[in-house]
Amino acid sequence: MAEKLTTRHLSAYFGQLRALHDINLAFPPNVVTAIIGPSGCGKSTLVRCLNRMHEVVAGARAEGEVLLDGDNIYASTVDAVMVRRRIGMVFQKPTPFPTMSIEDNVAAGLKLNGVALRRSERDRIVERSLRQAALWDEVKERLRRPGASLSGGQQQRLCVARALAVEPEVLLMDEPCSALDPISTARIEELLLELKTSYTIVLVTHNMQQAARTADLTAFLMPGN
Amino acid sequence: MTGKATTPRYLWRKAKSDLMMGITVAATVVTLLPLFIILAYLAVRGASSLNLAFFTHMPAPVGEKGGGMANAIVGTLELIGLASLMGVPVGIGSGLYLAANRGSPFAGAVRFGADVMMGVPSIVVGIFAYAMVVRPMGGFSTLAGAVALAVIMIPLVTRTTEEMLLLVPHELREAALALGVSGWRTTLWVVARTAASGIATGIILAVARIAGETAPLLFTAFGNRFWSTSLTDPISSLTVQVYTYAISPFPDWQRQAWAGALVLTSIVLALELGVRWVTSGSARAVR
Repeated sequence: MAEKLTTRHLSAYFGQLRALHDINLAFPPNVVTAIIGPSGCGKSTLVRCLNRMHEVVAGARAEGEVLLDGDNIYASTVDAVMVRRRIGMVFQKPTPFPTMSIEDNVAAGLKLNGVALRRSERDRIVERSLRQAALWDEVKERLRRPGASLSGGQQQRLCVARALAVEPEVLLMDEPCSALDPISTARIEELLLELKTSYTIVLVTHNMQQAARTADLTAFLMPGN
Repeated sequence: MTGKATTPRYLWRKAKSDLMMGITVAATVVTLLPLFIILAYLAVRGASSLNLAFFTHMPAPVGEKGGGMANAIVGTLELIGLASLMGVPVGIGSGLYLAANRGSPFAGAVRFGADVMMGVPSIVVGIFAYAMVVRPMGGFSTLAGAVALAVIMIPLVTRTTEEMLLLVPHELREAALALGVSGWRTTLWVVARTAASGIATGIILAVARIAGETAPLLFTAFGNRFWSTSLTDPISSLTVQVYTYAISPFPDWQRQAWAGALVLTSIVLALELGVRWVTSGSARAVR
């Protein structure tokens, strides 16, 4: 099986502090790979390195290579913005854009990238993404309501839909259920199993049971290694 | 016997608490009293001279009864509008820059400069505009007055814009970046849009501040007893008109000064109430 995403001698730093030491991992396509480990071991830093979000923090940098379909995303010719369009991300806390409606939140990735869409095309993408995120039936009557009006679990699925709308190839999920109740967690986990047929998924979790329930492969990260 | 409400220690603590409470209440009253005295006095003195003619008529010549401040009201609005046109875009632009380049030494220098500018006496800003605009253009003008007011406005708008942008959670910025949105689009369409109501508040407060400025207009816009909306001629403003009338020896002018002060205060008060309205509406949007 050809690997979708591979890290080679990946190290990450915050200023002088080295948060990751020489990580070599492979993430095969159409599989959920879980990353577990004690808190503070660098799980979040690792996934953030995978779509070049690590460098957004002031003073943070990464060394080594991350290969997406064999091409190093840290090569000097590669634009971080283009990497992030191919590798989507869902964060720990739900982060709907507070000024936007539900449908605008889903379409945000396209709209803010300057993609001009016809109304019908946009509606189709919004519906498809919300269906994929198992949220469509709950919100289809109120797409114009603010995204922040949803419950925490719904907001998180809205963020999944938003990430899916730009049609990434890889989906990184950084403890997507840590702020959610058990029922919302179960829904997100079901979602992962459905989504893995078409995406490569990397799931960070501090919950071993969750890793066992959803993941095909599990990487265990010790502090920094 | 501990815990009983009559022990000496309890009574002593209660007395201290009551004393401190009394001091803070007194301080609050002292803070608010001038506001109500000013408003009440203005209303009493100003309202009697206020009539429709005050808003629609030009100033009457000395000794003649009646007349109004139509030219000064329009002049104040024109000066504020023109100053905002110059000051708001510059202020927002530099605020965006400061928020985006938090750590850079240049941003630090700009931030410090803005803070110093806020403390510069407004009469000094007037002198600056006199040197930069009035002298080269060869005369007092609306433009010079607006430049002076804009200079006062810019640091206020810059700093509130920066502060409001920094209040936007970092997660929102990251969420947009993770969607593959470029840095400047993220700043403009996610961060600035989320902070928009706060920035609007800052702008209105800056407008209210310059609406009440007199000193920087004395030798820039100068004042004008006649109707003028031209950018290159001297223009009348409520503040300067009130100042001129208040120090004049004519009782009729002095009465009109009260009316002018009342109108000006009402404009500023309306703006401040507008701020409250804007912020109460947006508190819901952000939460």
